[in-house]
Amino acid sequence: MPSTVLDGRGLTKVYQMGEVSVHALRGVDLRLYEGEFIVLLGPSGSGKSTLLNILGGLDHPSSGSVHFLDHDLTSGSDRDLTRFRREHVGFVFQFYNLVPSLTAAENVALVTEISRDPMKPHDALALVGLADRASHFPSQLSGGEQQRVAIARAVAKRPDVLLCDEPTGALDVTTGLLVLEAIARINSELGTLTAVITHNAVIATIADRVINLSAGHIASIHTNTTKADPASLSW
Amino acid sequence: MSALHHKLLRDLLRMWPQLAAVALVMAVGIMALTMALSTVASLRHAQDAYYEHYRFPHVFTHLKRAPSSLAPRIAEIPGVSRVLTRVVVDVNLDVPGLPEPAVGRLVSIPGAPPFGVSELHIRRGRLPEPGRAGEVVASEAFAEAHSLQPGATLRAIINGRLQTLTIVGVALSPEYIYQIRPGEFFPDDLRFGVFWIPYTELAPAFNLDGAFNDVALTLSPGASEPDVLRRLDDLTEPYGGAGAFNRTEQLSHRYVSDEMEQLKGMARIPPTIFLAAAAFILNIVFSRLVRTQREQIAVLKAFGYSAASIALHYLQMVVVVAVVGTSLGVFGGWRFGLFLTELYTRFFRFPVFTFHLDSGAVILALSVAVGAAVVGTLGAVRRAAALPPAQAMRPEAPADYRATLIERTGLQRLLSPAGRMILRHLERQPVRAVLTCLGVALAMAVLILGSFTHGAVNYLMDFQFNASQHQDMTIVLVEPASPSATAEISRLPGVLDSETFRAVPVRLRAGPRSRREAIIGLPANPRLSRVLDVYARPVPIPEDGLLLSDSLARILEVGPGDTVSVEVLEGQRPVADLTVRAIVTTYVGTAAYMQASALGRLMREGPVVSGAYLKVDPAQAATLYATLKQTPRVASVNVKQASISTFQKTFAQNILRMRLFNLVFASIIAFGVIFNSARIALAERAHELATLRILGFTRAEVSVILLGELAVITAAALPVGLVLGRLLSAYAATALRTETHRIPLVINTSTYGFAATVILVAALLSGLVVRRGLDHLDLIETLKSKG
Repeated sequence: MPSTVLDGRGLTKVYQMGEVSVHALRGVDLRLYEGEFIVLLGPSGSGKSTLLNILGGLDHPSSGSVHFLDHDLTSGSDRDLTRFRREHVGFVFQFYNLVPSLTAAENVALVTEISRDPMKPHDALALVGLADRASHFPSQLSGGEQQRVAIARAVAKRPDVLLCDEPTGALDVTTGLLVLEAIARINSELGTLTAVITHNAVIATIADRVINLSAGHIASIHTNTTKADPASLSW
Repeated sequence: MSALHHKLLRDLLRMWPQLAAVALVMAVGIMALTMALSTVASLRHAQDAYYEHYRFPHVFTHLKRAPSSLAPRIAEIPGVSRVLTRVVVDVNLDVPGLPEPAVGRLVSIPGAPPFGVSELHIRRGRLPEPGRAGEVVASEAFAEAHSLQPGATLRAIINGRLQTLTIVGVALSPEYIYQIRPGEFFPDDLRFGVFWIPYTELAPAFNLDGAFNDVALTLSPGASEPDVLRRLDDLTEPYGGAGAFNRTEQLSHRYVSDEMEQLKGMARIPPTIFLAAAAFILNIVFSRLVRTQREQIAVLKAFGYSAASIALHYLQMVVVVAVVGTSLGVFGGWRFGLFLTELYTRFFRFPVFTFHLDSGAVILALSVAVGAAVVGTLGAVRRAAALPPAQAMRPEAPADYRATLIERTGLQRLLSPAGRMILRHLERQPVRAVLTCLGVALAMAVLILGSFTHGAVNYLMDFQFNASQHQDMTIVLVEPASPSATAEISRLPGVLDSETFRAVPVRLRAGPRSRREAIIGLPANPRLSRVLDVYARPVPIPEDGLLLSDSLARILEVGPGDTVSVEVLEGQRPVADLTVRAIVTTYVGTAAYMQASALGRLMREGPVVSGAYLKVDPAQAATLYATLKQTPRVASVNVKQASISTFQKTFAQNILRMRLFNLVFASIIAFGVIFNSARIALAERAHELATLRILGFTRAEVSVILLGELAVITAAALPVGLVLGRLLSAYAATALRTETHRIPLVINTSTYGFAATVILVAALLSGLVVRRGLDHLDLIETLKSKG
């Protein structure tokens, strides 16, 4: 039995949008285990991003608890969450969010400089097949390349958890597949617990477990007996 | 170098035009600061060294005639270190090549140096040799003005006899760093000179052998100056003592001190204005920067950068701008300081006067520049640090627009859709709109401040030389005399009109405040020398009581109806309490007036005159000068035209030079604020405007929306700028006011017009730049980005 890395219990999240209260999560229980590949599937507004943000220490739940290994993140201060993210989490975002004034290698260095046992930025870029693009600026890279730089940046610190929010959302199929391959390779080669948010059901086939979210609830959890090779996908 | 530092560097490079504008505005303030403070420090250093090595006296007094036996008694006053008793007289001078007579101040020197007090610094030639008649040392300012070399001669009426003086040396004295004739407010080196002559030569010529009429002394450390002044007055009173005074009332010292005070004002006002403007522009620029980089900030936070390291990152950027601004400013301050020092050496005569960049000033400059920059950007930096990482990952929520106040009042029919968009945008960010408006208004205010001096100086000259002084010439007699003395002069050919006056040295006291001053006695309604109120209307001289100039009233802290104690320092030395009847206006120096008859009653004397004001036929002026040069009773002649030209050469020129300087820099602020506001408005709304273009709006229509906003802000800023400009000018006029001169707060309509024009031109040019930007909007790219 692999050990539990992230443990969420009874998570709710309520946003106040002007005069309207938006219930993004309505009581979610979820355990993520060491080394597994998770896909969080659901339509927009189902609470995927909110859940990921809470698991990644970007946000506090309105109620419920989150634990990373034996650390309680629920009531962590800004400083505690910052340290948690710095030491244990890698993020990949839909819009890459590279710093436009920094080269690919420098964007990776941004993270390795504040990590304890990072890879070399070039090694991280090599992992996503971009070693030869190290000195390019984001504006000189295609969308898929930018997203792979973002992945390199996320994994360069050798995180315990890799969280990806719609990593292929802004990409066409071909480049999207390249990005998924990179993520899957990180998961299998480094054994990093990886969670990918998507509303694209096809992508779910490459995961160990698929968690379906709907209107702030976990609608179902499905375990794939055989994982598909990202290269075989199409949508 | 860390990756974050790479970002810092590249962001700086990318934003360089905006940041350079800020650094430049900052540099102007820092330049004024370092220049002013370094020049003050240099002046102070030169002055201290000069005073110390050449034993500048602490206490002075003039008297009629005291026997030399009084000198040891003065030396016995507790606290007195060294005493110099001497003869000081002003004589009428005939200088070759100068049509009008000049005034020579003859000062006796005791034998060979050192004199113990007030040593001379010989620049050229030598001291007079005892026994050689007519040898003098001339002051450098006078010698230079006339290009007189050792060996040159001039003629002087010494005690009624025309004598030839031979210049054997040129010297400086710490008592005449600023060489100014008493009663004048600006130096006139052509018509006033100081000459040093051995006592053995000078005293007998004025029947002062074995006697003296002037005392200068130094104090030992810890001496009580008020006590020495009182005891010296007691000792000299029987001998016609005109009242002892300390350095603060010594003319040259006062002018040098006033200059330093003005420089300190310069170290305060322009830096405050320019640093405030820089802080303001930085605020705009960094608020914008943090908004555009909110996702980058979120990523940094998501990866574990702390709020403090984000804040530090942006602060480093700000500090770089401040350091660049300071470096430019310090360099400029150094160059301008050298220039100013060069200018000063024409007025202030020191043996050694060099400009040193003051390290304290540089440190202060750096601290205030960094301080202003940090204060200006603190809000933006704090917002960056406080940005929650999760929230920052989402695009900014759509702006919360509402119907504007005007629309709610039902006037929307008056507005086009574009007009409504402009108003809604302004109203949605009222703080920003108001701040931008204030920034533009501030720029306009600085323009007014920078240029009002031109109109003010013209007004001052008109006030002083046309409205007040209707005479062409003022003559002062050697001794007060009966009116027949001036009657003779008024009958000379070329004199069209004349009016006598009486001048009496007094000490005015009001509570603990006192001031040595000459009360001028005038007829009830003077024709020539008019006393004016603040509106330049003639004020009749009251039958009794005093008129005080506003400057003197301020020093004594009295107003109309208050009583001032008047101690006459001449003749029978009566003391009386007089009521201040009115406050009159002067822009140079201080003055007190009484009706001549009332002054005569106070003095218990019959009709006595000290001199006369003359109106002269210009065609006969030359003959009149020639006659006056040889009239023994005339101690000095002051020609108005000469005063006007020295005024223009000194004060007016300096003020106008400063004006040019101000204008250039005020324009920098104006462009800096308006240009940055316009650029940011473009950057922030590019997405929205590109959308409108795609929907079918023309370039012109889109321009109207963006430029309309700029136009509304500029239009709103103009009246605010007018008021702010007037307030700022009033503040500057007050802060730069010294005892010796004040700038009237007169702002011409043309000054306002000029400032408004510069603002409009700046707005127009900024508008054109932004318009060009609008024309080049990349519609597709804009829509692909998240906006």
